[in-house]
Amino acid sequence: MSVPVLEMKKISKSFYGTQVLKDIDLRVNAGEIHCLVGENGAGKSTLMNILFGMSVITDTGGYEGDLLVNGDHVAFDSPKAAIGAGIGMVHQEFMLLPGFTVTENIKLNRESTKPNLFSRVLGKKLETLDRKQMAADAKAALDKLGMNIEEWVTVAGLPVGYLQFVEIAREIDKQNLQLLVLDEPTAVLTESEAEQFLDVVRRLAKSGISILFITHRLDEVMAVADAITILKDGELVQSGPTQEFTIAQIAELMVGRKVDTSARLGAEQAREGKKKVLEIRDLRVDMPGERLRGIDLDVYEGEILGIGGLAGHGKIALANGIMGLYPSRGQVRYEGTEVPLNNPRKALDLGLAFVSEDRRGVGLVLEDSIANNIVLTSMQTQDKFLKPGPLKLKDQKQITAHALESIKRFDIRCTGPDQIVRRLSGGNQQKVCLARAFTQNPRLFFVSEPTRGIDVGAKSRVLELIVELNRMGVTVVITSSELAELRSISDRIAIIYEGRLSGILPPDAPDVEYGLLMAGKSLEEVEIGERPSK
Amino acid sequence: MKDRVSKVYHGFGLPRLIISAFLLTLIIVAAGTELSVPGLLSDALVRIGQNGIYVLAMVPSIQAGAGLNFGLPLGVIAGMVGVLVSMENSLLGLGGFAVALLVAIPLGVVAGYLYSLLLNRVAGQEMMVGTYVGFSIVAGMCIFWLMAPFKNPALIWPVGGQGLRVTLTLADTFGGTLNNFLNVKLFGLTIPTGLLLFYALLAFLLWLFLRSKPGVAMEVVGRNPRFAVASGLNINAYRSVGITLSTVLAAVGYVVYAQSFGFAQLYNGPLMTAFPAVAAVLIGGASTREAKVRHAVIGVVLFQTLLTVAMPVTNQLIEGNISEIARVIVSNGMILYALTRVTGGEQA
Repeated sequence: MSVPVLEMKKISKSFYGTQVLKDIDLRVNAGEIHCLVGENGAGKSTLMNILFGMSVITDTGGYEGDLLVNGDHVAFDSPKAAIGAGIGMVHQEFMLLPGFTVTENIKLNRESTKPNLFSRVLGKKLETLDRKQMAADAKAALDKLGMNIEEWVTVAGLPVGYLQFVEIAREIDKQNLQLLVLDEPTAVLTESEAEQFLDVVRRLAKSGISILFITHRLDEVMAVADAITILKDGELVQSGPTQEFTIAQIAELMVGRKVDTSARLGAEQAREGKKKVLEIRDLRVDMPGERLRGIDLDVYEGEILGIGGLAGHGKIALANGIMGLYPSRGQVRYEGTEVPLNNPRKALDLGLAFVSEDRRGVGLVLEDSIANNIVLTSMQTQDKFLKPGPLKLKDQKQITAHALESIKRFDIRCTGPDQIVRRLSGGNQQKVCLARAFTQNPRLFFVSEPTRGIDVGAKSRVLELIVELNRMGVTVVITSSELAELRSISDRIAIIYEGRLSGILPPDAPDVEYGLLMAGKSLEEVEIGERPSK
Repeated sequence: MKDRVSKVYHGFGLPRLIISAFLLTLIIVAAGTELSVPGLLSDALVRIGQNGIYVLAMVPSIQAGAGLNFGLPLGVIAGMVGVLVSMENSLLGLGGFAVALLVAIPLGVVAGYLYSLLLNRVAGQEMMVGTYVGFSIVAGMCIFWLMAPFKNPALIWPVGGQGLRVTLTLADTFGGTLNNFLNVKLFGLTIPTGLLLFYALLAFLLWLFLRSKPGVAMEVVGRNPRFAVASGLNINAYRSVGITLSTVLAAVGYVVYAQSFGFAQLYNGPLMTAFPAVAAVLIGGASTREAKVRHAVIGVVLFQTLLTVAMPVTNQLIEGNISEIARVIVSNGMILYALTRVTGGEQA
């Protein structure tokens, strides 16, 4: 058996006592396409950061385990060292200079030069660029990819799909490249571009370069991978040649987790005969990084609707669009009346409330007191907490009384209603956000990522509070990256994939179905248990 | 008891305690020289009332998120036109003062609103832009003063008959009207009751406004615009309210200043008006992000008393006239100190 190009043995890493990777083994053989799959937060990025000696790793106490390249022990202390050892990476975000030509981008900082009069006297730094040689190199690299781009055009004018190829051309132009890491390279490509891209990947592998391919698209995995490694919650779930897996199995292994769904079972039936409170038609939201590209969805009275999906696919944009915080188009009807888009005030006036995923940026006035944070929105939109009279002075007594009551009800740990919100822990800040939304007496309540960045104890309390609000007759739309959390409190869960609705599932649907929907496969399309054809 | 002392201490803040202690030392030193302490304090009271409204003008601008209003000269010039219109018609006493205000306030509203439209386009750099708006408007108005259609011989150059003089006296019209209203003499101390009452009235009105629904909305817009949007507030509208209010206060402030000072200084007179006001509100405990009426009041009392007492005392103690230099160092140093601090309010 040949020596693998890359071998990772028992890699573990923890950040400030939280274990994010545990005993990960990974083997990439020469000329192999190895796919690394897992949900957001499964540990893929951390693993790649370790491979590249990124400062986030070295600054936080390094890692445990062994890293072998071509059978030799290595420990990279900077990305430069990793590149020197023949490892290249194409990032999710393009790292190209828009105003430079394709050639200049490919050869950046590795330009071919030829000596001139000054450089002979003053040293190598002053040598002239050998543009002919550079152009020839660039052309050769692009040809290797089978790409027909002129090497002299500036990057700024190229279509998005081509940028990816320029990045790869830059990597393969490095003479010693033996392993290329592709981090979700097809996320920004259209289907035909993605297909072209996969061809290029196969071609590269044939030429002897090993590929470590990170992706969420399972059909791509089946199409190109020689071997697959699945991570979940920082642990290695399974690793092996592609023939051993089906799409359904991968999906199940990625998502699978013990989930307590008992709380809401049967609610699906109870929905029968309930009226629609919110009808969403072709909603498009232009939220950077979370674009929603046209979605139709109905929300029924009194239910808890979960919105799930992977990061970057647009699930966050749904609530933000309806509440008017990001430019949107489409039609939203609330109890039969049109909700004007791009107008937060109108949405609030209709009785909609929103707890944002960006707690510190949008959800709170950090420099203000707990009491003010709780009452501000209601005061401004509903004229509550004001003394009677034409001056509309704020009623401090009433505000303090309400704040004290909320602190007790929401179990906010603080020194008193006058404490500045910045000084509270994440969990308590979130409770303040919820208290603000409850104070608005909403009839339809949107909450995004309610448990992000808060401790376990506060987590369950926050979820309890949301269910409590729902029992009082409020319809809830909860968006979360944590599927387990959605499944524990929702009646139905809508999965968003690439800005569109992928499907709606009951909370007790099997893991495999969730995995498939999150990977953009409709349930009809894939017969569960189907063997891959390769 | 201990808690209350600690609460008062934290509310007041260490920098202000130090300045107060320094001030007390100066007054004790002054008592040891041939200076008249009641005289000094009387002067201080006049200057507090005279400058107080400028300092109040900083509060709405900071609360609306536009930072310190370095464009104060804009409002000052609106006030100046008000004073000139009143003088042109030779109106005397309280009537003259009232007419000056009636002209100054609408002008302040218009100028302030236009200024706010500009600042809303340069959000994040209001203080820098404001400084140059102030400088530019002063320069631009120099031309206006020369061409303005004022006819009263008391205002225009004696020779040639066109263009306003550099310094005008208000002694014959409404100079000192407020200062002398209900004037009280106590232990050699002269208290300008009318002036201080007028200042107190404005401070109270501003305090009321900040506690009202639009005042609270303005504060939210200033503190976290994104939260404000999510609460359905129109950010630019409330920023405009704050900046306009600040400009109007500056206009009123000038009318009060002029009647107390007794002179109106045109041309480059208003060039630096913003700086002592900025220094005062910062000394009072405000930051570029948070200011309360309390900060403006404490600030103007400390800053102006310090200046009035420190100058003659240093002159007594040190040979040569160093006091003006000391004043410039103290006031600009304070601005520098405060601008470098991001935190404010409780931590200042």
